[in-house]
Amino acid sequence: MKKIKLATVWLAGCSGCHMSFLDLDEWLLELAQKVDIVYSPIADIKDYPDGVDICLVEGAIANEENLALIKEIRQKTKFIISFGDCAVTANVPGMRNMLGPAETVLKRSYLELGDITPQLPQEPGIVPELLDRVSPVHEVVNVDLFLPGCPPNAARIRSVIEPLLKGESPVMEGRKMIKFG
Amino acid sequence: MTVKTLTINDQLITASAEQTILDAAKEAEIKIPTLCHLEGVSDVGACRLCLVEIEGSSKLQPACVTQVQEGMVIQTETEKLKEYRRMAVELLFAEGNHVCAVCVVNGNCQLQNVAIKVGMDHSRFPYKFPKREVDLSHRLFGMDHNRCILCTRCVRVCDEIEGAHVWDVANRGGQSFIVSGINQPWGEVDACTSCGKCVDACPTGAIFRQGSTASEMTCDRSTLEFLHRARTKKEWTR
Ligand code: SF4
Ligand code: SF4
Ligand code: SF4
Ligand code: FES
Repeated sequence: MKKIKLATVWLAGCSGCHMSFLDLDEWLLELAQKVDIVYSPIADIKDYPDGVDICLVEGAIANEENLALIKEIRQKTKFIISFGDCAVTANVPGMRNMLGPAETVLKRSYLELGDITPQLPQEPGIVPELLDRVSPVHEVVNVDLFLPGCPPNAARIRSVIEPLLKGESPVMEGRKMIKFG
Repeated sequence: MTVKTLTINDQLITASAEQTILDAAKEAEIKIPTLCHLEGVSDVGACRLCLVEIEGSSKLQPACVTQVQEGMVIQTETEKLKEYRRMAVELLFAEGNHVCAVCVVNGNCQLQNVAIKVGMDHSRFPYKFPKREVDLSHRLFGMDHNRCILCTRCVRVCDEIEGAHVWDVANRGGQSFIVSGINQPWGEVDACTSCGKCVDACPTGAIFRQGSTASEMTCDRSTLEFLHRARTKKEWTR
């Protein structure tokens, strides 16, 4: 049987969702029999490949790099899962939205609170520019499935991936499958 | 007592003429989701979660403020209602700042419970991220306007059960917010007896006990129901 191409990406999140993914422990070995990990922060692959079947997206869209990558992911992926609250609601990274545009936040952190040599980070092409508004993934590209939680625990991650591997769609209903925070 | 007969979800039931559809449904063990309704205080129809379809009326009606009538034919679980309820919950999440991950009632929240019940796994409406205040001036409690859904349960419980009327609603429409006293910091409102009834009434993490962590912060609504029963029916034991 042809292996399913699985990707996981880490955008504006704390990597807690990926930690939760690793909490799948020995089931990861079973998963490894059925999928090829084609892109992930836990694998050293530089470019997002073509023809990805499933992609777990951790984190919100907070900077230019996140924005460009999520658009590329959408083009090259059949099934995108918003993985965790940051992807689903913008969550903690989105809390800067209440303070106004990127400039306000940058000034506060790098100038007002900069003890020595206060300066704004500016290195075009290296340090991605912050967007004025942190957005949940589905406000930017179409998302196929939502797995909220901060982070979603390993059991719920498995309940979502297992049916997908069999070509079935998981039913996101009830306390077992829907949880915020 | 005048008795009315009506049909809810094809089930024939009887109710007294003064009852609301919500009460009548509850007695018949038909569950209708609610948020602004709180046992023991008056109903205001603020959240629109309890909407039902009544035959012969094209408008959806809130069950908590609609009285039963003879021969009414009511549906509580149609596809249309389910869709509207889900939308109502999505709007509540989108218009405030409900960052569950940093909320003191996470896992213990009636807004989350309702979200799960109506099958909301994300909001299709864009989040507004409004700028809102947090008031920590009270010695024991805190008010986080980021989590307030304007259900006015705190307003009604403080007025109708405690008799202190500390809370009220200021402004209109999207500008509405809950004020303490005459728009003073809560800690400066002399009328507040620090009874904690508003803490128990609040369905979200908007009004909370200071210093409590997510796993400790619970709201005991049965105390409010007990007090109400005790006063109206003179039943002073649980
Ligand atoms: S959802 Fe929670 S655990 Fe996942 S990246 Fe965001 S903050 Fe971290
Ligand atoms: S603590 Fe009691 S008196 Fe004070 S605002 Fe809350 S309900 Fe009213
Ligand atoms: S503070 Fe709580 S009880 Fe009062 S209106 Fe807001 S959500 Fe409702
Ligand atoms: S419970 Fe009826 S409108 Fe809120």
